[in-house]
Amino acid sequence: MTATEIPIADKSSPDISARHDSAGVAALSIEGVNHSYGARRALIDVSFDVAPASFTALLGLNGAGKSTLFSLITRLFGIQAGRIGIFGHDISRAPGEALRLLGVVFQPRTLDLDLSVTQNLLYHAALHGIGRREARLRSGEVLARIALSDRAGSKVRDLSGGQMRRLEIARALLHRPRLLLLDEATVGLDVKARSDILNHVRKLVAEQGIGVLWATHLFDEITASDDLVVLHQGKVLARGQVSRVIAETGAQDINTAFMRLTGAVDKAGSEAS
Amino acid sequence: MSSITVTPSRRGFSFAEYLTCLNGIVWREALRFLHQRERFVSALVRPLVWLFIFAAGFRQVLGISIIPPYETYILYEVYIAPGLMAMIQLFNGMQSSLSMVYDREMGNMRTLLVSPLPRGYLLFCKLLAGTAVSLLQVYAFLVIAWLWDITPPPIGYLTVLPALVLSGLMLGALGMLISSGIKQLENFAGVMNFVIFPMFFASSALYPLWRVQEGSPMLYYVCQLNPFTHAVELIRFALYGQTNWISLAVVAGCTAVFMIGAILAYDPSRGLARRGPAGGET
Repeated sequence: MTATEIPIADKSSPDISARHDSAGVAALSIEGVNHSYGARRALIDVSFDVAPASFTALLGLNGAGKSTLFSLITRLFGIQAGRIGIFGHDISRAPGEALRLLGVVFQPRTLDLDLSVTQNLLYHAALHGIGRREARLRSGEVLARIALSDRAGSKVRDLSGGQMRRLEIARALLHRPRLLLLDEATVGLDVKARSDILNHVRKLVAEQGIGVLWATHLFDEITASDDLVVLHQGKVLARGQVSRVIAETGAQDINTAFMRLTGAVDKAGSEAS
Repeated sequence: MSSITVTPSRRGFSFAEYLTCLNGIVWREALRFLHQRERFVSALVRPLVWLFIFAAGFRQVLGISIIPPYETYILYEVYIAPGLMAMIQLFNGMQSSLSMVYDREMGNMRTLLVSPLPRGYLLFCKLLAGTAVSLLQVYAFLVIAWLWDITPPPIGYLTVLPALVLSGLMLGALGMLISSGIKQLENFAGVMNFVIFPMFFASSALYPLWRVQEGSPMLYYVCQLNPFTHAVELIRFALYGQTNWISLAVVAGCTAVFMIGAILAYDPSRGLARRGPAGGET
């Protein structure tokens, strides 16, 4: 199988694209995005949608381009080519409107270790223009939701890795976004903490209708009913519901499907060189 | 594609939101400063060492004639006090930029940069916060200096404030501009050697420029071109209730240039885009 023969789920299939909100807008829309670091191409013509109230897994090995894509979506990097929209707001043309609807949990920890749990939340709230009284109210709510109310005054430095991640998710939700990006949010956590965080995020999708883009390289974090985007060497190799991607590759599970997709590209690459 | 319709998201930001953001950034900077007590102590010890030890040694060697804004002969300690105030701000500006590099490496900087408020405004708030911290340090120094018999006119403590704000912004913006070009924290040692020390020594902080001119005309011109010289002179004149208009113009102009440069450098389509993702990310 060569790279061009790799099955890519039809973007107009009901798997991802058609499940938009009542106004017909995707939570996240990525169209023809390219990005290079000098001569090295990190993303090549990347396109996919994330539907509102859906859990979309962005699966790729280290070096696939996941974090670069996250940096583009969050406007840490400028878009060199293509377009990124959040609920229809172009991230380049209307960054304020777009970022207001976006919550992010980055791969590295972004909490201030020397500030307390509440102080970190209040700082984030201020960066979104949320007044002190309202921020305190919301902080209390999110801390109760992640069972960290008793640690509100503790320095973040004293929290466990799992607690820090939960706090980062709570912080990302403080300004009530409608799209949540998580970049390898469970890296470095033990099995229980990983499972807790994954369940918490899935609950957010089910109960609050938040669209989630979950970047990972761990197959066991993906279920058959999730939407899936497979990113490899900067290219989207497949997108669609997990069960459908598995079926289209003729595999039995996501692990094998991923290996077949990426193996074909790697083989084609080595033959070409 | 689904880009025809748009889910409403409030356009623009209210004045209250801008103010809340500014308060939050200043509050965080102040908290961090209070948590790092050793930073406060070292920020004070540095100029005090110059004042108590260096100045005591040099007062016999270096005579200061009557030069504006002074109306009489002054002690060397009195002469270098404004230079040491600017020195506090110089180190604070560089310290802020160091913390920006650290924040960027540690990821904290992203929290700031993904705020929906305009990025230029966020960076300006960060500069103001750094300047506010430097003001605390400078006024603490002035209290100690007063005990050491360095007593500018009482009104000087008030008139020097706008000068300190402006010079703090200029040095903070310079630090921010430098931080945008530094990829790793380790590279920051170079800033000490190539920015802080040359700026400080090639200025009027420690010796009047006419003295420099006598010794080395070339160095005199270098000092004249050094924006730090003008920050020192702006502070010196303001401390005695006067305005040095040339210094004011230079400091204001440099503040604008450095600030625009820093904002452009942190613009996603210019500065950060040239860098790859942080270590370990792809």
